[in-house]
This record gives sequence, C-alpha cells and structure tokens, in this order.
Amino acid sequence: MAKAQTAAAKKLEVSDEIAISITNMNKWYGAFHVLKEIDLTVNRGERIVICGPSGSGKSTLIRCINALEEHQQGSITVDGTLLSSDIKNIDKIRSEVGMVFQHFNLFPHLTILENCTLAPIWVRKIPKKEAEDTAMHFLEKVKIPEQADKYPGQLSGGQQQRVAIARSLCMRPRIMLFDEPTSALDPEMIKEVLDTMISLAEEGMTMLCVTHEMGFARQVANRVIFMDAGQIVEQNEPEAFFNNPQSDRTKLFLSQILGH
Amino acid sequence: MTATPDAPPIEGFKVADLWFDTRYRSYTFQLIALVILFGSIGYLISNLLTNLANAGLNISWDFLREPSNYDINQKPIEYTSQSSHLRASIVGVLNTLIVAFLACVTATFFGVVAGVLRLSNNWIVARLMSAYVEAFRNVPVLIWIIIIFSIMTVALPGPRAYRGEDAERSMLFDMFAFTNRGIYTPRPEFLNPLMGAQIFSWILVLLVLAASFFGVRALTTWATKTQNATGYRPVTWYWTLAIWLVPLAILMVAMGLSWEYPKLAGFNFQGGIQIRGSLIALWFALAIYTGAFIAENVRAGIQAVSKGQTEAAASLGLRQSWIMNLVVLPQALRVIIPPLISQYLNITKNSSLAIAVGYMDVTGTLGGITLNQTGRAIECILLLMLFYVTISLSISAIMNVYNNSVKLKER
Amino acid sequence: MAAKKSSVAFVRKEPLPAMPPPARDRGAAKWIRENLLSNISNSVLTVLSIIAIYYLCAFVLPWIWNGVWTTSSLAECREVLQGVTGGCFSVLTERWNQLIFGFAYPSEFYWRPALAFVLLFFAAAPVLFFDLPRKLLIFTGLYPFLAFWLIWGGPIGYPLIGLLGCAVGYFVHSVLVARNFALGLIVGFAAAIATWSLGSNLVGALAPEQPLLGAVESRKMGGFMLNMILGTVAVSLALPIGIALALGRQSRLPIVKWVCVVFIEFIRGVPLITLLFVANVVLAYFFPPEANIDILIRVIIMLTIFSAAYIAEVIRGGLAALPRGQYEAADSLGLDYAQAMQMIVLPQALKISIPGIVNVAVGLFKDTTLVSIISMFDLVGMIRGPILASTEWNGVYWELLGFAAVLFFIVCYGISQYSQWLERRLATDHR
Repeated sequence: MAKAQTAAAKKLEVSDEIAISITNMNKWYGAFHVLKEIDLTVNRGERIVICGPSGSGKSTLIRCINALEEHQQGSITVDGTLLSSDIKNIDKIRSEVGMVFQHFNLFPHLTILENCTLAPIWVRKIPKKEAEDTAMHFLEKVKIPEQADKYPGQLSGGQQQRVAIARSLCMRPRIMLFDEPTSALDPEMIKEVLDTMISLAEEGMTMLCVTHEMGFARQVANRVIFMDAGQIVEQNEPEAFFNNPQSDRTKLFLSQILGH
Repeated sequence: MTATPDAPPIEGFKVADLWFDTRYRSYTFQLIALVILFGSIGYLISNLLTNLANAGLNISWDFLREPSNYDINQKPIEYTSQSSHLRASIVGVLNTLIVAFLACVTATFFGVVAGVLRLSNNWIVARLMSAYVEAFRNVPVLIWIIIIFSIMTVALPGPRAYRGEDAERSMLFDMFAFTNRGIYTPRPEFLNPLMGAQIFSWILVLLVLAASFFGVRALTTWATKTQNATGYRPVTWYWTLAIWLVPLAILMVAMGLSWEYPKLAGFNFQGGIQIRGSLIALWFALAIYTGAFIAENVRAGIQAVSKGQTEAAASLGLRQSWIMNLVVLPQALRVIIPPLISQYLNITKNSSLAIAVGYMDVTGTLGGITLNQTGRAIECILLLMLFYVTISLSISAIMNVYNNSVKLKER
Repeated sequence: MAAKKSSVAFVRKEPLPAMPPPARDRGAAKWIRENLLSNISNSVLTVLSIIAIYYLCAFVLPWIWNGVWTTSSLAECREVLQGVTGGCFSVLTERWNQLIFGFAYPSEFYWRPALAFVLLFFAAAPVLFFDLPRKLLIFTGLYPFLAFWLIWGGPIGYPLIGLLGCAVGYFVHSVLVARNFALGLIVGFAAAIATWSLGSNLVGALAPEQPLLGAVESRKMGGFMLNMILGTVAVSLALPIGIALALGRQSRLPIVKWVCVVFIEFIRGVPLITLLFVANVVLAYFFPPEANIDILIRVIIMLTIFSAAYIAEVIRGGLAALPRGQYEAADSLGLDYAQAMQMIVLPQALKISIPGIVNVAVGLFKDTTLVSIISMFDLVGMIRGPILASTEWNGVYWELLGFAAVLFFIVCYGISQYSQWLERRLATDHR
C-alpha cells in the first residue's frame, strides 16, 4: 500500500524550471554563524524534506527564503526574483510563497473564513465575494468547510493547522514552505495534516518541508536534505538517503530518530 | 457492591445537624455571619448616636440649601458666594470632571507614545522611555503635583515682569503669557453668534463635529463596501480631512470667530483664558504620572501579540501598515483597553489630590470648605464617597460590557 | 553548481568551520547602524533624544555639582554661590533629622527607630527570599513587638503581653482546630483578647516608674519614619484581612460573599483621601465615647482597610488562576474547606499573587504621603510645613522636593525590581 503510494508520488513530474536558487548563502546571529555556505536549487514541482537535529538551522533556512530572516551573504532567487532589501521584491516573493508554521499562527480575532480572505482581499485586491468562494473551495479541500464561521480558538490543533494551510493556499502560491507543521500536534492529529500535505504534493506543488516525519519523507519527497551545525551535510533521494546514508552524522541522526 | 447494608437510615432532625449536616451547615454559617455583621453595625451606629448626642449634633442635610459664603476661583457654571452649598458641590464635581478629562486625554497621549517608543529598536529612545516610566511611577503622585505646582508658582515670573517698555519677559506670539498666576491664552469668541448667545454657537460647533464624525464613519463604510465589491479600496484620507475641516471652517467664518487676546492691564492680565497653576499642576502631574503606567500597559498589550502573528501576516504578503491595523492593533487593544480604563478611574480618584494645591474640585468644595464651614463632616464625606463610588461603578460597568463584547471565542 | 544539479546526491565530508560575520555586520559600527540609525525617522529620534539628554544634563549637572552642603540658611547659600547655578543642599544636612524623624521625636532616641529600621531588613528577608533558612521566620514573628517597643518605648510589658496574647491564641487555636476549624478560630481569638485585656491591666499596674526605654507619643512620629511606619504596618495588617476578604468573595455562602463584594468595591471606588478624611474627622464617632484613639491609629485603620481591599482583588486573581483540578483534588482527598484552603489552595494562590501584592504595597507606600493633607508631618508634610515655612529655608523647593522624590524612588524602585525578580523566578519554578 505504502509502496504503491510512493510509486505514485515518484511519478510526479519535476520540471527543469528553477523555482528557488540559493547560492553561497551565509547568515549570522550576532557572532554566531547559523547558516554556512548554503547552496540549494529547487526545481518546480520538487518536494524537499529538510531534517536535522534541533538548532541545525533548518527553520532559519526556510525562513530566509521568504525574508522573515535576513541573510548577510550570498543570494536567494525565488521565481526569478532576487531577494534584496527592496520592499517590493520582498512583497512579491511573499505573495508567491506560502508558509505554514509550527504553531499555526492563525489570527485569533478573525473567523476561519476571515483568516482565509484577509490577504487575498488586501494583497491580491480580490472582491470579497470571490475571495470567500476561493476560501470555501480550499476549506473544502482541507475538509473543514463547516467550521468557516468559527474562531480559531474553537478548533482543535489539527483543524487549525489545516486552516493555516488553506489560508496560505488562498493566496494561490507557487511554492509552499512548511516549518515543522506537525511538531505541535497530538499524534492522532498528525495524520490529518499529513494527508492534506500529501494531497497537495500530488497536485504538483513545489514544497519545502522541515519535518521529522520520516514516513512522509519516504512517501512524498523526491529529495531529502540533512542539515547539521548550519550546513547541508547530505542530500539524496529518499530511498538512498534512508537505506544508504553516507555521512557519519547522518547515520547517527537516523539511528536516533528511527532507532526505537 | 450490590447493596449498601449500612446506609444511614433517613433520620429526623437533630440540633447537631445544624453544624454537621451539609444541608443546614451553610445556613448556620450564614446566620452567624449575619448576626456578627448586624451586631457590629449596630454597635458602631449606637456609638455614633451616643457620640453625636454627647456633642449635641444631629444628621441633617439642610446645610446643602444654605448659602455657601465662599468663592470658587474656577467656575464652569454660574456661581457666587450667595449660591448654595449644593451648587458649590456641583461646581466642584464639574471641576473634578474637567481635570479628570484633560488628564485622561493627556495621559493616554504620553502613555501611548512612551509605550510604543519603549519597544522601538532605537536603543537610546527605548532607554529614555524606560527612564521616564521608572522615574515617574516610583515617586508618589502627590510629590509630582507639588513639584509642578511649585514650578508654576515659584519659577514663573509675576505679571509685572511683562510690564514696561523693555520688560524682562514678553508674551509668546503676543498670545500666551506664562505667569505665576497661571497661563493666559487667547479666548475664542463669535462676533455674530447663533441666536445671539455664545453657548448656542458652541453647541452648534459640537453638533457639526458630531455630524462630521458620522460622515467619516459613512465614508469608511462606503470604502469597505467598494473594496468588497471591486477589490480596490478607494483612497479616502483627503475626503476624511475635508469632512472634518470644511464644515467647521464654514461655520467659524459664518459666526465670525475671533480671538480675544490677554492684555496686561495694571498689575495683571485681563481678557483671554486664565488657566490657573493649580489646574495645570494637577492636570500635568496626573497625566505624566498615569502616563507612565499606561505606557507599561501599552507595551504589555503590544508584546501580548506574539511574533508569530506578525510573521504569519508578513508571510501572506501583508504590508507593515496593514499588519499593524488588521492584525496587531485589534488584538493588542483587547489587552490594553481594560487596564487603560482602570487607569482612567485612578486619574479620577487621584484628582482628589487637588486639595493639596487648592484646585477647587469636589473634594476641595464639598469635602473641604463646606465641611469646615458647616461642620457637617459625616454628611459631607458620605456625599463625597457616594459621588466617587458612583463614577467608579459606572465606569466598571462600561468596562464589563466592553470586555464581554471583545472576548476572544474559545472552546 | 551545475554539477550538483545534475545529480541530486551530495555529501559533505569535512564540516565547514564557523566564520566571523562580515566586517559591516560586526562591532560598534553595526550596533550603531542597527540601533540608532536604521532609517530616517530612527535617526531623527536619536538626534532628538541626544538633544533632550544634553539639555537635561546641562540643566541638572551644574546644579548638583555646584551644590552647597554646609551653610545654615538659604541666604548664606546665595552668598556662597554668588549667582552661579547651584543647589542649596545644606537644607538636607541641616534638617536631616527632621526630614527623617519629624520635628517632635526626641533627638536622644533617634537610634531606636534607626535600629528598628535596620532590623526590618532581617525580619523581611526570610519572607522575601524563600531560600533562607525557615528558622529566621521566628525573628520575623518577634519583630513587630520589638519594633513597637523600640519606636514607642514605654514599659516592655505591653509588647510582651501582645506577644503572649498571640502565643496563647495560637496555642488554643492549634489545640482546638483538630476538632473544628471555626471553633478553633473563635476560641483562639477569644483567648488572645482575654490575655491582652488581663495583661494590659496588669502591666499598667506593675509598670516601673522609669521604663528602660523612654515612652514617645504617637503624635511625635514624623518625617520619612512616619511613611515607613504607616506603609509597613498597614501592609502587614492588610495581608491577612485581604486573604479573608478574597476567600469571602469566593465563598458559596451568599451573605458572606455579598458583604465582601460590597466592602471591596466600595473601598476601591473611593479615593484614599476621603478615607483619610474619615480617619481625621469621622472615625472617632464610631468608637465608644470613652475610647480615645489617637490619629495615628485611626489613619492606620483606614490605610489597612484600603490596602486590604486591593490585596483581596489581587488574591482573588491568584485564586482564579489556579486550575480547577486543584480544588477538586483537595475535595477528593477528603479535606474540609479550612484544610483545603490552608494546605492546597492558599499556598499556591499566594505564590502567584506575590508580585501583585508587592505592587499594592508599593502603591500604598507612595500613598502614605497623602497623610500630609490631613496635617500629619510625614516627609512631604515636614517639607511643606515646618521646613519651607521656616525663615532660613523659605524658598528651597527643588532640593527638598527632589530629595523626597529620590528617597521614594530608591525604595519603590528597589521593591519593584525585587517583584520582577520574583516573577521571573516563579515563572521558572512553575515549569
């Protein structure tokens, strides 16, 4: 069963078009060197899982991609737009790139529907009716259209995270970033969020996922990146990565995470 | 577990049940509490009556109708020393409300500016604001009132300094004079007032401002509607400005607004508005002291909105100003407004320190001169307390309504 | 780059060393750029702040630097200064004792309140810092009686009887409380009161002609000492009353609840100054005609109920913050109300409430200056009354008021720093 799905996922087309290209990127927090010499190219349709011990800089890396964090050296190009301190470029990239956070970060004072329509109305200048239709479409896709008029505080964690995914999708992004989307969830809710992410992958969305869900990585990813101490230590296709890790750090990490 | 053989049979009432049976226990306790309560109140009242009888006093409210025989230096309504004590109290109440209102507005301004700047990433400004907050909230407000009052009465020159050909001081823009008798400012006046009375003209001005307010609200509603329909929000700030200013300007011209400037006549200034040192001392001391507390509330409110909220909004592509208006402020205000309102309550209560600088608020009239002249201490203080309690309770009631209306919905 | 793209697989054999950040992101230049000059409005703010600080310093520093400390009147100060800006701080040195102790406290006894003040730190330390040995609390318990004896003097019998009464009451209470809480409380109180009234008659009869420490009347208390007395006494008395009021407000008995609600809301609704008016002119009417309660005690009564109402609100918040499970757990263990409160609920609720209680205490300490309005000579009363009215020092406003402000600032800022430290500590304790 799992094998069959994996195969299905593997069949997804990865085009030659480059979605994200990071060259020689370095970042410091004060004097602390958090990201070292990051080189990464992501093609359109790729599904990349980034894993690594905590503090290895994986969250920082994807937060640099939509300029939530500033990098000091090197270049990041997203969809052909070079990320600079120019506010116009940042706005452009952010409206192309969706992001899902570990702690959902839904707006507690707005209903689920308002959470989903806020950015389309203000950023995309879409009429309210149309924005609501889009929002309902995506809420149906994450299977919670009946919650549209509730407030985030009334939903379970898993439901909130699915709303957060729908909220990002309403901006019709071409790339989705996931920052440990299931880490704050109870075990029984993880599956519903992962299912949502899998169906997203099957539609060909370009995805960068920081996660420790190795089952998800095997099933969906076409590339797994292992980071440690601010650098990319190893990257490979999931089969090779899990079955035949090359670096000692990777082996140690995998034995710890899959060991039990 | 099928049956409980030793279940207590239902018994008749025993006296001991009053103490040990959960059914009666609470009534017993309450009865005891009631007895103690009425006992102590009765004891206090019997003492009171004995003491009053010994001193040949009684409780009577007639003094309120007698002439007060004293003057009040700031009278928002007509008042002479022949007016009744009741009227003197009302003048005091109005003076309390005036200084409380002024101080609330100013304190909010100080507090918001200091609270926001304290979170600024400008190191020196943030430090400066911390110093302001710590310096002012750790020193008694009475000392601040006295310090500012001393500045007003001791450090400023007398009106005579403005006299003569080469006076030591000259008026600011020929409009403002800062003297130890207060600050003199121009007084607005209508040359052809509505129905011949200044007061009607001012009411008309207020009505026009209210109309503008609703006009601006309608404009905002229209803008939102347009945005909902087309996706684009029309730019309205110049319309907002026009709605506020144009009708007001037309009204001012039509009614012939002019300014009466304060002029030095003899040894004092005549004309214009005299803002007494006592009012300024009370106003600014309360504002700057309470502002320090409000700054803390504002800071806490803004910090209560987690960084994740701004990050999520930013990652959706919202701009800085939209993030502030649509995400941060609506959440922060829920945290800020309740303590803000209790700070307003504190200002109102602290305005009773007016008596330390001779500002004639209700504590100064009813609790001060009226009390001393009539000797009706119990009556005066009771009325005084009732006034403050009424204000406090009404503000608390408003706050509860507000809190319930903005409470975040949770499971 | 291109090589990497063709084949996905990539392994880094040698870990990269950490490098220092680029020069423009290092050191003072970066700090200044980010913290002071990050954009135009920021730079403007920086310039304005520096100007403000400059003017403040230019105004205050010479005044302090040129200050005169040794003359005996303002006129002499002016002579020494000869028109140069400078403070006349001699008023502080010359009137130091009056500022601290008031003008009526016998000067040969100054060491007694001073000693009481020093001992206050030892008494307060075990309450404020949980890490100190619990045995020190014995001294805290003895301190009120000791301090009373030191400051007021008179026959040592009175504080001893006070202590004895408390001990007897506590003993009776602890014997009876096992049977019934309310019974223990009431009989304990009765025993204490009996001891006091018996004992005070006894002491009155037996008191020596010349007590070890000469007696000082209440109306001779003044200066900053009066602020300290009022603040510490009112807060320590208000704490138990506040706890009782808070529990009463949470009570399931409607009469008890409503009495507490009305009391708390009424006291919180009126300004302190009206309560001080009550103490000054009305309260005496409510005592028995023969009782002659002096103004200091009447003021302490009003300050106590004032702060008790505020403390009750803080503790109510603490009680509300406790998870419901704590109450249910206590009930399920079969504890009765008194035991549940004493052993489970109150220790936790009080711990949460400490920062709030400290804020009330700071507020009350600042508010003790209000007694100057009803003609008591606390620090502010001394300054506005005897000192500024004297011929030598008429007109020395800024030095005196500045001194008062600095004194209060030191105490209040110190306490609030303690409160913040405690809050941080409690936050980690709860994790």
